[in-house]
Amino acid sequence: MHDDKTASPYEPALKHHFDDLGQQHEAAMLGMWLFLGTELLFFGGLFTAYMLYRVWYPETFGAASRTLDITLGAVNTMVLITSSLTMALAVHAAATDERRKLMAFLAATMVLGAVFLGIKGIEYHHKFVEHHIPGFGFQFEGPAPERANLFFSLYFAMTGLHALHMIIGLGIMTVMLIMAWRGRFSARWHTPIEISGLYWHFVDIVWIFLFPLLYLVDRHR
Amino acid sequence: MDTLAFPRTHYLNAEYGLKSWLLTTDHKRIGLLFLGAISLFFILGGIFAGLIRLELLTPPGDLVSDDTYNKLFTMHGIVMVFMFLIPSIPAVMGNFFVPIMIGARDLAFPRLNLLSWYIFMTGGLFTLYAIVTGGVDTGWTFYTPFSTLSSHSNVMTAAIGIFIIGFSSILTGLNFIVTIHTMRAPGMTWFRMPLFLWAMYATSLINVLATPVLAITIFAVALERALHMGIFDPAYGGDPVLFQHLFWFYSHPAVYIMILPAMGVVSEVIAAFSRKSIFGYKFVAFSSLAIAVFGFLVWGHHMFVAGMSVYGAMIFSVLSFLVAVPSAVKVFNWTATLYKGSISYQTPMLYALGFIGLFTIGGLTGLFLASLGVDVHVTDTYFVVAHFHYIMVGGAIMGYLGGLHYWWPKMTGRMYPDMWGRVAAVVTFLGFNLTFFPQFVLGYMGMPRRYHAYPPEFQALNVLSTAGASIMGIGYLIPAIYLLWSLKYGAIAGNNPWGAKGLEWEIPSPPPTFNFDKTPVVTEPAYAYETREK
Ligand SMILES: [Cu+2]
Repeated sequence: MHDDKTASPYEPALKHHFDDLGQQHEAAMLGMWLFLGTELLFFGGLFTAYMLYRVWYPETFGAASRTLDITLGAVNTMVLITSSLTMALAVHAAATDERRKLMAFLAATMVLGAVFLGIKGIEYHHKFVEHHIPGFGFQFEGPAPERANLFFSLYFAMTGLHALHMIIGLGIMTVMLIMAWRGRFSARWHTPIEISGLYWHFVDIVWIFLFPLLYLVDRHR
Repeated sequence: MDTLAFPRTHYLNAEYGLKSWLLTTDHKRIGLLFLGAISLFFILGGIFAGLIRLELLTPPGDLVSDDTYNKLFTMHGIVMVFMFLIPSIPAVMGNFFVPIMIGARDLAFPRLNLLSWYIFMTGGLFTLYAIVTGGVDTGWTFYTPFSTLSSHSNVMTAAIGIFIIGFSSILTGLNFIVTIHTMRAPGMTWFRMPLFLWAMYATSLINVLATPVLAITIFAVALERALHMGIFDPAYGGDPVLFQHLFWFYSHPAVYIMILPAMGVVSEVIAAFSRKSIFGYKFVAFSSLAIAVFGFLVWGHHMFVAGMSVYGAMIFSVLSFLVAVPSAVKVFNWTATLYKGSISYQTPMLYALGFIGLFTIGGLTGLFLASLGVDVHVTDTYFVVAHFHYIMVGGAIMGYLGGLHYWWPKMTGRMYPDMWGRVAAVVTFLGFNLTFFPQFVLGYMGMPRRYHAYPPEFQALNVLSTAGASIMGIGYLIPAIYLLWSLKYGAIAGNNPWGAKGLEWEIPSPPPTFNFDKTPVVTEPAYAYETREK
């Protein structure tokens, strides 16, 4: 693992303080997993708050949840799952050194991410028109309207943070696309693609939990 | 001993100019950048503390108004906790020595490390801005609904500052964990690592897993304040006690972010100055991890009077007692290490011994507070103030100063006058006890914290406390003078002035930019003092 650095052949991607690409790769992957652990607890605070209030105020949360557009939410879920597929294919293309495929799948992932954000924007607009955004003339018809404020506060905090992560993800994908275009990756070294993939899948998984919690939680009635 | 010549090139003179510092990715230089920043914040926090003690010299509130007093203790807490204690040992000595102690050329992510400093400074500037434009008065705990609905001070700016600073500790922690996992030199197995590294590892786990919860909690407070979203607002059915749960879910483990690194320093110093390997190395190593894990399960002890079911309170009480076990393991093992060691009382050792004494008092009084009945009696009194200052000042800062004195020759290549060092250590120890021991008594007699006036019968003890604070201030001032003096006039340290074990003592002082000419190969456990002497 730690041979003398000068003994190994010159590697343009190898940073000076690592001994070899394997060590560098291992460090980057572990770093990303730890970062995702941080992210998990970051969202965890809001999930905890949501669960607590959902148990305390099931009627209000149900009524508020039913005002969300389940069709748009479901379409968005599909879009995001598909983008996870294209991301996985991009990582595969990087590993097999197919540069054109890699760029195509990265672009597809970005398009799907943008579609998701567009649909989310439409949903936010509906909520704005319906005066369901706390702090912007909030009104709600139904049981205990002030508690609906709680639901929508959490809805916007959670989906907003998720959307912010999507936007950052699009930024990362742009950088990856440029790096791929410049031919920076090879079958031997494509760590940035792999860790970007981890990040993207994580953001998708957060949505996989958000969708049932926010949209589906009261649909059985 | 090696020849006592100053190395010709080292990390300090490898490059010159402001830019070479502001754009450095050398973990050692970044450590010094943190040292500079947190030293300034420490002075600022100290000034607030001085003003508090000055106000409390006399029973009536005569020096400052009640509003100003609220701001003083709030800003003292915010600056000392978030801008000094949390970063202190990890960001300065961890940055400097984690790579060196495992035989690596740098941390795993050097640029991320620099980013961590910039994030820290950005957050620090936000908080400073909040301070100079009128201050904050919520207490460092930001309890809702006061912080979200009532307070008219700069809660938003300070909250944003602390939110930002959090990411600095997350990134530093992440960097340390990855570095320790992936970059150990050949032969540096987990159980050959110095205990300081185990402490850094455990601290980093807490940094990575607890800090995001504080961040999201503060984020929710900011949303609530700015947009009247009602996550903690009872008017919407929200629960202010939920804020306390989330806040302490971070802030209890944060105590271990402050104390675990100090424990790591103490392990190094005790071994070096008693010329023995640490008794029960594995127990001490695993107790760091145990503290990190159990530390996540005890936050409820801050909320015994805030509305909690009896059974919940009992469970949190029991768990809080349990977390004392690994701490006690450390204290017993250090004591056993001292037994029959050839002890020398140089400056770092005095700080380490001071740590053991003060931490023990702080820890034992923590058990009083973990007991439900006693806690109800002393909640929000000076007993609590005294308890956590014994841990955070008596423990963490003694450890910090001990580490600074232990590694100063390595960091700068110069020795400080040991006699003055010992004087300062003793003065700090005495001043500390005079400041905070009377507060145990005051609290037990019923003096509440966070008031700027008090009944006359409490005055005698408060005068003692203020006198102690002045002595402690002098104890901190002396090192500031001789350490700066030593930069220019100190004797040349040489590679290993203490005759200590560890990779950091095998390279020149100050070290070269990439630490090691050749990756070292480790062949013996940490603290192999006995084998060398025989
Ligand atoms: Cu606690």
